[in-house]
Amino acid sequence: MFAGTQRRIVSIWFPRLATDRALRACPVEGPFALVQRLGNAETLFCLNAAAEVAGLFRGMRMADARSFCPGLVSRPARPDLDARFLAGLRRWAERYCPWVGLEGADGLVLDVTGAAHLWGGEGAMCADIRARLERAGLTAQLGRGSSRGAAWARAHFGDQPAEAPEPDLLALPVAALRLDPDTVTGLQRLGLRRIGDLAASPRAPLARRFGPDLLTRLDQALGHSPEPVTPATKPPRFATRMTLPEPIGLESDVMAGLTRLLEPLCDKLAAHQAGARQLVLTLRRVDQASQQVELRLAAPMRDPARILPLFARGLAGVDAGFGIDQLRLEATRVEPLAPAQLGTTPAASPDRLADLLTRLGTRIGLENIHRFLPAESHIPERGFLLAPAAFSPAQGGFHAPRPRPLRLFPPEPITATGATPPARFRWRAMPLSTARATGPERITPEWWLEDESWRHGLRDYWRVETAEGRRLWLFFTPQNPGWFVQGEFA
Amino acid sequence: MSCADLPCFPLRPGRVHEVCGPSAAVFAACAAASLQGPVLWLREAWLTETLNPLGLLPFLDPARVLLARPPNQIDSLALAEEALKDGSLALVVLEITRPLDLREGRRLQLAAGAGATTGLCLIPEGMGSNAAETRWRATPIFDAAGTDSTPMRWEIIKNKMGTLGAWNVCWNAKAHRLDLVSPAGD
Repeated sequence: MFAGTQRRIVSIWFPRLATDRALRACPVEGPFALVQRLGNAETLFCLNAAAEVAGLFRGMRMADARSFCPGLVSRPARPDLDARFLAGLRRWAERYCPWVGLEGADGLVLDVTGAAHLWGGEGAMCADIRARLERAGLTAQLGRGSSRGAAWARAHFGDQPAEAPEPDLLALPVAALRLDPDTVTGLQRLGLRRIGDLAASPRAPLARRFGPDLLTRLDQALGHSPEPVTPATKPPRFATRMTLPEPIGLESDVMAGLTRLLEPLCDKLAAHQAGARQLVLTLRRVDQASQQVELRLAAPMRDPARILPLFARGLAGVDAGFGIDQLRLEATRVEPLAPAQLGTTPAASPDRLADLLTRLGTRIGLENIHRFLPAESHIPERGFLLAPAAFSPAQGGFHAPRPRPLRLFPPEPITATGATPPARFRWRAMPLSTARATGPERITPEWWLEDESWRHGLRDYWRVETAEGRRLWLFFTPQNPGWFVQGEFA
Repeated sequence: MSCADLPCFPLRPGRVHEVCGPSAAVFAACAAASLQGPVLWLREAWLTETLNPLGLLPFLDPARVLLARPPNQIDSLALAEEALKDGSLALVVLEITRPLDLREGRRLQLAAGAGATTGLCLIPEGMGSNAAETRWRATPIFDAAGTDSTPMRWEIIKNKMGTLGAWNVCWNAKAHRLDLVSPAGD
């Protein structure tokens, strides 16, 4: 035993967490199961009580289950939602004690040392937990003990009503020691069925036969070796707030307040090696109305001196009304930003460009500032990609096997016939005469992509130099005869 | 890259220039090629023509070009002013769809001076602003001899700090420079 106060642990096990969660959202009468796809077969992931009564069990094939129980209602399993639900339950359990951790995928463990008397003793506390979980429609089994292992064992194998005395740990089966199934089978073959049998046997042969894990689990259950409860860390919240004794209205005052908010926020971002990508400043007015100023940054940053001027444009549009008495600044999108080495040269150019993009983006939206990225396609319109500059880094690797026009426009029809470029044609009300034509270059449509503009089929592209000077990119569609102008060369 | 016989090119830095004519985009590409650093190209969102990066390849690396699509010319001018003032860009190309008045032109000039950035407005014929430093007209001409060359005629039609003139030029993609071509007829 350890010196000092004896620890008290409560373990909560939700034997039907997944089905309880699904049924809470949408109740079903009768047998119900969640189905998971394993390999090629659908198997039962979790069942409700009615389905278990009907003789179904976990891991059973769905086809077999249907034949046993034709009225079975099933839905696909969602382990991600289960994990989120359990995290919610963990937060709820913090009402009983501050030290709550997760136990596997379907349980919670509470270190209630020194907290139980606030609820009128452990019995009353467990009864309260049980009653609230039952009201929420959750099946739960509770166990208490002086160690985490003992609480787990009682929750899984010795659940009893609150007022009953704790079952004797030594009388529980060996499976209550959190062992793998092979070890349990091995122990049963040796005739060691209860924890008491195991504790009474000599340790050395057991360790030789089953490895050190068995004895570690036994010691943890009996409280001979420590096993702490690890509470989940709270995700950091990047938000600061300031309440003012007197309302303010001047833009310079708001900026001054913002300066004071930005510094702690940026310190916190720096401590987490993160940078803000989107910031929201909420200004609450004395008449309880609030206004939000959103700032989307072109690159993650955490330098107060750089962020502050970027807010200027957004703040100029704020109506202060009778005055603003609370400011709240929150970084709503955060991205990792590693600390950079300080240089001797003044501000590097990528930072300044990112600041400029942010300022331009506050006016027209960051998604309206593009950069060109290379793409693998012979189709002129798809030979490159336009990607938002703030979200995609620059890439090289452009190549054009043949000269391509500098300007592209939607195909403009001209009146001409024949497979070779016309000697004279009119384009945009200009009479033009062909002086030299280079081509054809045949481009076939990409059949795997549906494209309305390529419904005329193949195209034979010609570079036409006119006697008037214009160098145009014409194409002829042999399957659907017609001539079009699509671009102009340098 | 500079051409001794072409007095006003590369464009004077820290000023806003104008170019009109069918080859205005080529002129802008040549101007961008003569500078180092990122280029912002402002083109209103409703215009259907697109700049083809594969066509830009003979002039400059398309990765240097940022393309902004403001919804109207008011936003386009505001963006140009902001970008010129910032100074982190080498060139700001602005496609104009309606004439600039003297105030707008002058504000662009002041912004370009503050940020030491060159500005270039692509204007429709006859829509120039009085504040422009130089105004050029670029027209393609037919080259009877070569097949791959792309000769153009560049005329200065307004110049605040010098004389007017006209030259036949040709972009040399291999050497990455502007070649002066003697006019065939003269």
